Amino acid sequence: MTAPVPRLELRHVTKRFATVVANDDVALSVQPGEIHAVLGENGAGKSTLMKVIYGALRPDAGEILWNGAPVHLKSPHEARELGIAMVFQHFSLFDTLTVAENVWLGLSPKLSLQSVADGIRAKASEYGLEIDPARPVHTLSVGERQRVEIVRALLGEPKLLILDEPTSVLTPGAVQKLFVTLRQIAATGCSILYISHKLDEIRALCHRCTVLRGGKVVGRTDPTLETTASLSRLMIGADPPKIVHRAPKVGKLVLRVRELTLGKPDRFGVALDHVSLDLHEGEVVGIAGVSGNGQQELLAALSGEDPRVDGHAVELFGKAVGRKGPHGRRKMGLHFVPEERLGRGTVPSLSLAINMLLTRREAVGRLGWIHGRALRNQTHGIIGRFRVRTSGPLALARSLSGGNLQKYLVGREIDAVPKVLLLAQPTWGVDVGAAAQIRSELLALRDAGCAVLVVSEELEELFEVTDRLYVMARGRISPPIPTPQATVEQIGEWMSGLWPAPTQEAKALEAPTGSGGPA
Amino acid sequence: MIRLDARGEPSRLMSILSPVIALAITIAFAAAMFAALGKDPVRGLSVFLFEPLNGVRALTELGLKATPLILCAVGLALCYRCNVWNIGAEGQYLLGAICGGGLALFVTEHGIAIGRWAFFPLLIAAGAVGGALWASIVAVLRDRFHANEILVSLMLVYVANLFLSFLVFGPWKDPNGFNFPQTMSFAASTAVPRVLQGLRLHWGFAVALASAFAMWVYLFRTYSGIQLQVGGPAPAAARYAGFSSRTALWTVLLVSGGLAGVAGAFEAAGPMGQLTPHVSMGYGFTAIIVAFVGRLHPLGCVLGSALLSMFVIGGELAQSRIGLPSALTGVFQGVLLLALLACDTLIQYRPRWTRTPPRASSGGATSS
Repeated sequence: MTAPVPRLELRHVTKRFATVVANDDVALSVQPGEIHAVLGENGAGKSTLMKVIYGALRPDAGEILWNGAPVHLKSPHEARELGIAMVFQHFSLFDTLTVAENVWLGLSPKLSLQSVADGIRAKASEYGLEIDPARPVHTLSVGERQRVEIVRALLGEPKLLILDEPTSVLTPGAVQKLFVTLRQIAATGCSILYISHKLDEIRALCHRCTVLRGGKVVGRTDPTLETTASLSRLMIGADPPKIVHRAPKVGKLVLRVRELTLGKPDRFGVALDHVSLDLHEGEVVGIAGVSGNGQQELLAALSGEDPRVDGHAVELFGKAVGRKGPHGRRKMGLHFVPEERLGRGTVPSLSLAINMLLTRREAVGRLGWIHGRALRNQTHGIIGRFRVRTSGPLALARSLSGGNLQKYLVGREIDAVPKVLLLAQPTWGVDVGAAAQIRSELLALRDAGCAVLVVSEELEELFEVTDRLYVMARGRISPPIPTPQATVEQIGEWMSGLWPAPTQEAKALEAPTGSGGPA
Repeated sequence: MIRLDARGEPSRLMSILSPVIALAITIAFAAAMFAALGKDPVRGLSVFLFEPLNGVRALTELGLKATPLILCAVGLALCYRCNVWNIGAEGQYLLGAICGGGLALFVTEHGIAIGRWAFFPLLIAAGAVGGALWASIVAVLRDRFHANEILVSLMLVYVANLFLSFLVFGPWKDPNGFNFPQTMSFAASTAVPRVLQGLRLHWGFAVALASAFAMWVYLFRTYSGIQLQVGGPAPAAARYAGFSSRTALWTVLLVSGGLAGVAGAFEAAGPMGQLTPHVSMGYGFTAIIVAFVGRLHPLGCVLGSALLSMFVIGGELAQSRIGLPSALTGVFQGVLLLALLACDTLIQYRPRWTRTPPRASSGGATSS
């Protein structure tokens, strides 16, 4: 029996960068119509491998076979001509243009806009994807934007579709819809390379799985026959650390938001609509929701970066802080880990030591003199405690990988021993081991009496660390629900904005604390 | 067509070497130009590169020319590090010259008895106030009305220039000056103290070096200096940290305006000894090149100033020694800046020749 010719085959692919071997003798083969998972932690070499396949990087050694014939891809353009399409994690769509115009941009100028729009409609209905080609992209949800990207890729009639972490921006319901579409695409004979570190998704969707660790292939398996635990062991090479979750000892109310209403900060922002929430000492509160539903705007208002909040809408330790800037709030004990690590949480062109000074002033002496040694020691302490992989305190922030920078950033704020800690996507892009460490540090903070607010898109994470949950959708916030009483299905439904109106009972519960609150 | 692809990690070594490469290109260009003009390239280059360094007198003249350049460039480097594109150092320099020169004129006209060393700090203060006031106009317009500081600061150069002309053609004109547009010569007591007898180099040079050193310490060793440098490359990080972008804007404009003003005051009361419409030789604009050649580093600015001063002196010498126009200086400055910017671009990006324009791609994502 002869094996069928694989659609794509990689043999001994090696790609080195200055200091690291990103791909080390990687072999991979994908059959027509197969959904093949590439599983690995952040930094395992998945993205590099995909860039090699997509022609954006050239391998240092090894060969790529397309339908059995060796190819040397010099650019993504050549890859697309072969029939390789890729949907990136970050979409490349122009907000101000319509769906059809965006797709048209990538196509031959000989086509008319009308024919492109017709093509989109035809492709979309073939796969049951609802898209209106005439809608401007900025009115689309993230899930809809992803559909546009997928349709755009499908218009090229690809033979291989690469998806990079496609579910990181989707609600659980949208993930299920995406899977239906992907299975349909595979059924037409198109191969799919599915990059992810989400084990349950891979088990639910993929036919085969190649596991990367440290740039090497450490396993090939049929994910449907594996358990989440066994896949996880393959991926990180050890059992994931267990998190001990004790019952919270909830103390005083420290952060109180009442009826916070704010206009859009810019044209594509989200307006906040009567947002109310409470955060007490000794509890971890989560805010679930698909990104772009007002979480960023809420956090900016809480951190003090958005100076437009007036009156008593935001109170910290019983004092109105609407007019206090980030530094003033930090002095009161409120620290914040923003979602953007480079450019907001850190200055890319400055060293880790200097970046400490954004939120920490321990090494600043009289007259603003910086004590270099103290600053480096402080940085060194954080690098050690949070196992940040870097050359040292003098490494530039931009030289760190995303996950490592996140460890540094979370470490910098946790190390400040805050009274209130706000975090946006605390473990986004961080490997499993480090994510577990960050989560257990958060729980330790909570047990020490800190109030922690976690904004995350990953429901799994929220269910693991939080005591209470809110859900945000379209700038509004749901009533709180104790995490043990919540289910994924319910939260998923709330993420679409469908939560029950606050009952009389809930209002009565809020009343005693709501002195300056809603009438 | 040529496409530029971003390099992943720009080489650190190359970005330090970039001014050296740019200088080599400029020298090669200069040699070719001398040859094309029918002059001996070796002789021509020696006028620019060797003679300004030959002997104590030449070196002190170099220091004299470098003084205003260092003062202006250090301030501009501070501005550019903070993303405030002040290109009007020339105007701030002129206002400093007007204030410093005006003070010297006042002392001269009223015959006030004052020692050189007593007048020295007053002169510095007057120049700094003049330059800072002129820069504060830019700050107000940017802060209150979001006016573009590039345009505003540049346009204020012309206003300053005309204001100076008004003064020396009008109220401040020397009554015994045969109607030349100039003030009377300042009293000897107002002159900037000189470093050595018989040489024009004055103590303002030491002030310039000290201010470069102080700026270096301020930028890299103080909290306030670091705060200023966050807002430029990462405005969101400055907001996150709670560093005020308004404070940064005002600080860098007042400081750079003040430094440029001091440079103007030194020039008026130093080598000139009077005010004329030509109190500046474009120092404020040359300082922009110096700031970039010096990699926006205060100490680099000192080296850059020495280099650009060589060009200025070389241009004057070229006129007298080998009969070439002094406008050559401007040409070489331009070539140097162009070569430097090209080097910087090539350090950040890798050029690639493509035969087909990229828009002909079919389907798929447009970014890669």
